[in-house]
Amino acid sequence: MTDPASNMQDALRAAGAQAAHIGDLWNGTLALCTFVFVAIVVATIVAVWCAPRADAATRPDTSSLSGPEHRIWRRIGWATAAAIAGLLVLLAGDVFTSRALARLPLRDAVDIELVGHQWWWEARYRDADVSREFTTANELTIPVGRPVIVTLRASDVIHSLWVPSLSGKKDLIPGRTATLRLRADRAGTYRGQCAEFCGLEHALMALLVHAVPPADFEAWAANQRQPAREPVDAAARRGREVFLATSCTMCHTITGTTAQARLGPDLTHLASRQTIAAGMFPNNRGHLAGWIGDPQALKPGVNMPANTLPPDDLQALLAYLETLR
Amino acid sequence: MTVSDPRHAQYADPADSAGAAALERTWRDPPGIVGWFSAINHKTISKRFMVTTMVFFLLGGVLALLIRLQLAQPNADIIGPDMYNQVFTMHGSTMMFLFAVPVMQAVATYLVPLMIGARSLAFPRLNAYAYWIFTMGGIMLYAAFLLNAGPDAGWFAYVPLSGPQYSPGKRVDFWAQMITFTELSGLMEAIVLITTILKLRAPGMSLNRMPLYVWAMLVTSFMVLFAMPAVMLASTALITDRLVGTHFYNPAEGGDALLWQHLFWFFGHPEVYLIFIPPLGFISAIVATFARRPVVGYPAMILALVTTAFLAFGLWVHHMFATNLPELGKTFFTAASLVIAVPSAVQIFCWIATLGSGRINFKTPLLFVLAFFFILVMGGLTGLMLASVSLDTQLHDSFFVVAHLHYVLLGGAVFPLFGAFYYWFPKFTGRLLDERLGRWNFWLFFIGFNVAFFPMHVLGLWGMPRRVYTYPAEMGWGDLNLVASLGAATIAVSVLLFLFNVARTLRHGAMAGPDPWGAGTLEWSVASPPPAGNFEVIPVVHGRYPLWQPQAEPTHVTGMSNEWREVLVTTVADAEPDHRMWLPMPSIWPFLSALATTVLFVGSIFTPWAIVWGSVPVGIAATWWFWPKRSVVQERVRTEVPP
Repeated sequence: MTDPASNMQDALRAAGAQAAHIGDLWNGTLALCTFVFVAIVVATIVAVWCAPRADAATRPDTSSLSGPEHRIWRRIGWATAAAIAGLLVLLAGDVFTSRALARLPLRDAVDIELVGHQWWWEARYRDADVSREFTTANELTIPVGRPVIVTLRASDVIHSLWVPSLSGKKDLIPGRTATLRLRADRAGTYRGQCAEFCGLEHALMALLVHAVPPADFEAWAANQRQPAREPVDAAARRGREVFLATSCTMCHTITGTTAQARLGPDLTHLASRQTIAAGMFPNNRGHLAGWIGDPQALKPGVNMPANTLPPDDLQALLAYLETLR
Repeated sequence: MTVSDPRHAQYADPADSAGAAALERTWRDPPGIVGWFSAINHKTISKRFMVTTMVFFLLGGVLALLIRLQLAQPNADIIGPDMYNQVFTMHGSTMMFLFAVPVMQAVATYLVPLMIGARSLAFPRLNAYAYWIFTMGGIMLYAAFLLNAGPDAGWFAYVPLSGPQYSPGKRVDFWAQMITFTELSGLMEAIVLITTILKLRAPGMSLNRMPLYVWAMLVTSFMVLFAMPAVMLASTALITDRLVGTHFYNPAEGGDALLWQHLFWFFGHPEVYLIFIPPLGFISAIVATFARRPVVGYPAMILALVTTAFLAFGLWVHHMFATNLPELGKTFFTAASLVIAVPSAVQIFCWIATLGSGRINFKTPLLFVLAFFFILVMGGLTGLMLASVSLDTQLHDSFFVVAHLHYVLLGGAVFPLFGAFYYWFPKFTGRLLDERLGRWNFWLFFIGFNVAFFPMHVLGLWGMPRRVYTYPAEMGWGDLNLVASLGAATIAVSVLLFLFNVARTLRHGAMAGPDPWGAGTLEWSVASPPPAGNFEVIPVVHGRYPLWQPQAEPTHVTGMSNEWREVLVTTVADAEPDHRMWLPMPSIWPFLSALATTVLFVGSIFTPWAIVWGSVPVGIAATWWFWPKRSVVQERVRTEVPP
């Protein structure tokens, strides 16, 4: 990771074209609104400060009821005109930003279908040649400088994709298809997180986006297109047997084996991912073991059941999963 | 213009003390337990209503503290996700449905009759029924929460998460039925207020002499009539989806998940203005009194209120900018959201002009109102940011929105509401709240508020989404969250101080007299607290600030009955006397009808058949409620005067 975690998910640190456009609009809007805020607060303070003091017995000044107050009205008129002018500037800023966002060049775009699940992300890299398609989960890798079209769907409830460093958010709505177009202009890992309340573990539904140089992206994609590696050592081979003989296969896919279920994340290249459980833990043996053993303790409500494997089987399974690069 | 008819010599002269005593006998609530449940005097019901909504405010505040406790540190495990989701859902639902909207109606049911020179609200029994329905709906929701069946799908209850498949059990049903209770109550209160304002104003109080607060309540009540049916429809469709398998919101069966959002926000956005417009009336009343002059631009203020009310119905899509609705259509809603700033700006300018050209009596109510110019203005400006489609895609559903909505709702409603409490408390109770405690109350609230909510703007920009029960330490959000939690604790201290001030004042507070502030509107012309019948004689109004302007003839209406609950009905625009009407006597049937309605509503959470058998007691109770009394009818016929 090139950035500390706190910089990976920040609307004010744009690392992509779309976020940069919105960042520019933010700066202009913030300046204008700050000016208006200060003007109104100062006007209020001056008005109250300069007015003479009185008490409840002071005779009220009712002269305004008999005739209009032209001087006051002129001032209010000017202030209102200024307010309208400021609002027009904001409207223009919004329209031009929307236009800039819509004009992101889309030639040679990477085509990703992202499906939201409670509480993880399924990503399918699509291709005109179906045999080149592949599926991964919870982490996207994209090439720097090339546009990405993310087609958004939801399998259960509404989710929302928000990677603030790269782009504004877009909802994933059951029964509807939305698209989000973005481009990373700076290499790095950016974090995103579901932004629409989606139930019990909404807080723990993160997504990492790795923006890498185009050549690295092609290498990564070529690897992802391969079926899972044949295990070479005995422990890993035994681990594959464990995987295929237990309930793992009810939900997960490992391409190149008989495990083809789609209820949980595709594990074909699990070991190539940095995190598990939708960005919750680093992907290492200890966390993986804990997760397989009792996911309900770590992320209550998640769809994966606890798996009580004999220690030998578990170690073998972990050895196998670690080969899935 | 007065109704003064020598043929009514049988009525005592109302201004004498025997008349006042008779009036008190006629309008007061009956004694005893049954009498307590039979009360219909608008001041009695309103006081209970205000206390009830304030209890919900405190409960909602406790829930907010739980939220802030959980979020004060990263990876905290104080309340787990299940409890957290219930707590934030209950907090939002409580503050929006059980506090903010109803408290405004509760205050109005006290003040409006007094401000327009009426002895009562129109439909006093309906008013009592609306109160009981509201209270029972709130009790039902909290009973469910205490039984671990509190709703957990958010106060907005988006489908499909709130639908039968993803929220099994009864949690969401209690939420949806709470909507039915509170919106039913809100609609009835709106009808009561509209009728009161349009038909029971004192003679001479033409529409262009009506206090700005009453205008604000008239506008609000009309908005209620158009906004609340949308959410009742939405929640009823949700209940039928959940209870009897309709598929309004199920995309797999031809329903639509976005339909809910359209219906909910078609209500939800105007709702913000239901909360925000009554305080604009508070501010106009308080600014005028403490600047010792009428508010600048009476017609502009009213046009601004009416414009706001219309525009408020054209903004709802700005809550849905992250959905896949057509982009060009979204821009229309951006424009509408920006335009609604204009009437608010005009009002703010008028108030500043009023303060600047007046002479200032610097008291606690004014202090709370001045906070509006800081907090609400900032909330309004962040609202303009959220109105932009592109900016909103970054800000939406982040903590920036949490900051924004609290700046708007607390700055626009709660601060003026506290100002209103300080201002009208002497009218409600006869005693003045302590000024020194009031200032402590204010400054702790103001500072605590900004410490709690300003950092949330930054957290949102740093990428922190809303409605998360925890966050990893690496995100770097811990410090600002801790600051926000400390601010929340400061607000809690300030509210406790307010409660202490109220409790102390009720025992030892300085007596206020009828008009402690030297104000100009009619409610200050009567004793504090006002007698049961409000006005010993119905005044005749000759100006916008009757107590500030010279008296003119005729000064009051004569010939009204002291023995019966007689009110003078006047014409809509000019408030010319039209006819007299007898309002109903106290009755326990509104309470019993509310009880029966509650059985029906709660029963229908569990079985659709409850709507069938549950309607029988409702029908019986309502029949008794409306059953005419022979003695009253005979007296009415006997005293009838041919025109």
